[in-house]
Amino acid sequence: MSVPMQTIAELRGVTKTFGNVVAAKDLNLSIGKGEFLSFLGPSGCGKTTALRMLAGFEKPTEGQVLLDGEVVNDLDAHHRPVNMVFQHYALFPHLSVFDNIAYGLRQQRPRVDKQKIATKVEQALETVRLGGFGPRRIWEMSGGQQQRVALARAIVNEPKLLLLDEPMAALDRKLRKEMQFELQNLQRQLGITFVLVTHDQEEALSMSDRICVMEGGSIVQVGSPRELYDMPRSRYVAGFVGTSNFFDATVTDSAADQITVRLASGQKVHGTPEIPIDAGQEVCVSIRPEQITLTRALPTAEIALPVTIQNRIFLGEHTEYLARNEALGDFHVLVPRQAELNEGTFNAGEQAFVSWGEGALLILEK
Amino acid sequence: MTERGRKALLLAPAGIWLLVMLALPLLVVFVFSFGERGAAGGYVPAFTLEQYANLPARWTAFKNTLILAPLGTIAALVIAYPLAYFLAVRCSPKWRTSLLILVIVPFWTSILIRSYAWIFILGGRGLPALLESIGIDDIRLINTPFAVLVGIVYGYLPLMVFPIFVSLDKLDKRLLEASADLGSTPWRTFRQVTLPLSVPGIATGCMLVFILLMGEFLIPAILGGGKVFFVGNALVDLFLQSRNWAYGSAVAMTLVVVMLVTVSIYMKFISRLGGQREDVSLM
Repeated sequence: MSVPMQTIAELRGVTKTFGNVVAAKDLNLSIGKGEFLSFLGPSGCGKTTALRMLAGFEKPTEGQVLLDGEVVNDLDAHHRPVNMVFQHYALFPHLSVFDNIAYGLRQQRPRVDKQKIATKVEQALETVRLGGFGPRRIWEMSGGQQQRVALARAIVNEPKLLLLDEPMAALDRKLRKEMQFELQNLQRQLGITFVLVTHDQEEALSMSDRICVMEGGSIVQVGSPRELYDMPRSRYVAGFVGTSNFFDATVTDSAADQITVRLASGQKVHGTPEIPIDAGQEVCVSIRPEQITLTRALPTAEIALPVTIQNRIFLGEHTEYLARNEALGDFHVLVPRQAELNEGTFNAGEQAFVSWGEGALLILEK
Repeated sequence: MTERGRKALLLAPAGIWLLVMLALPLLVVFVFSFGERGAAGGYVPAFTLEQYANLPARWTAFKNTLILAPLGTIAALVIAYPLAYFLAVRCSPKWRTSLLILVIVPFWTSILIRSYAWIFILGGRGLPALLESIGIDDIRLINTPFAVLVGIVYGYLPLMVFPIFVSLDKLDKRLLEASADLGSTPWRTFRQVTLPLSVPGIATGCMLVFILLMGEFLIPAILGGGKVFFVGNALVDLFLQSRNWAYGSAVAMTLVVVMLVTVSIYMKFISRLGGQREDVSLM
């Protein structure tokens, strides 16, 4: 795991309960200065609660929230040098674009000079590429533009942490892609620490330096997108970060650095799990669709399984196949365009073999 | 049926109602106001401006109305706003419905009976007696403008509470969080976000209460004891007691004009204050 250079914010054993519902359970996390960190998980996993505790909207029931080395549990939201981009933007409908962005600066005491406010707001508008939109009313702006206003309203205050609560949930796919690039650029350009909450794995994978995967109020795994993708700790993480094929297996032999598992089809495969696993334990193996090779001839790989092609979906640069093995079930296989040129396309009903290279198969906690 | 025909059909009931119940009577009153009182009362056709020339005789009624109606509206606003704010923003949803029903409960009893109750509260053996026991003597409450003010605020409070409650209730509470997030203290958040966004409710509530107060006659009659007259009381007197329909019509027409002028000035003011297109919901 890439350890951040300097910690700007930290959660220390933070638990939050609402009545008898535990929204966040013993969260421990350091957020490095200038990094782009995402909380990823389905709704109700506690990611929004974590964000709201950083913002100061919720007080932790137990544990400490630290900002810049100081415990801020009892510091109200309006005193924290932290700003948020809200899910539905929460722009002030009675104020112009300019006044929305100037709002934070105008709350500062001692008062900020009018001229300085105007300069800063114009700058922020330029940064989000909305130069000249200052006098507009909020309702005159499109969804994408409103999102930029919300962003400008937050960054103009130069916060220590910029919190983004599902900021792109309301945008259409194309706009979302654009915004992802822009957000990433903006973060590098400004050097502000970004903390994003999202349930969209693609969003988290494409933008973050580190992703914190959450489930049922707890942190399951923290790591760079690549680490999470290549070395997920559990089936949950593997399923949430990218798509994968999962099969049940039983551990037959557990050595220090390598364990052997038996698949339901009888084959034995080896692997190195991320977590300690004992012999006899029921586990789950995962193979990413793009790491599977589909061939007509029996390949020379350690394990090759005969399959019947069920279905083919053309996806542009890839073709996705659904291939069924008698013992294990369905494999999703992603064949790149280049490989397809060599092997030709497979039709439904055709017999073929699936195989994979060394290290492609992951052994995970069930 | 054509689109036009369908629209006409939808508007017909209200249109006919307005024509028969509002436009025609108003026209009658307008015509009567230029006539003369018959020997035995009622109305004799004529064309004279004499009734209008006589208006200063009822100046006190106009003065009382024009002072107490705005004052009552403001007092109702001052009391209703915190209540509506509490109900919409601070109150737990569990209690909200019950408390809202409590606001309407007084409407289940006639205003006549409720105003009578105030006679006892404000009368000699009510509040003044209580004040006397703590050494404040000679306070007269009943039959004063103050009593009328208390009565109208009490009577019209729910009409002020509801529109404000609605506008505060539909206020997106995330805006309050956004304001806090941007460094605004709770008080400044109220001034910069909550208050401006509840202007539509305030405008509607004030308009409702003010218009109804301008025509009020029951509460001044009961709590004013014939000493604090509204224009409404003058009209009751002119039409039902002295049966001077022509003069009554002139007073009524004047009240309509005064009301139109005040309300349009008020509208101008509100639209400037709020500046939002969807703001004035009662227009």
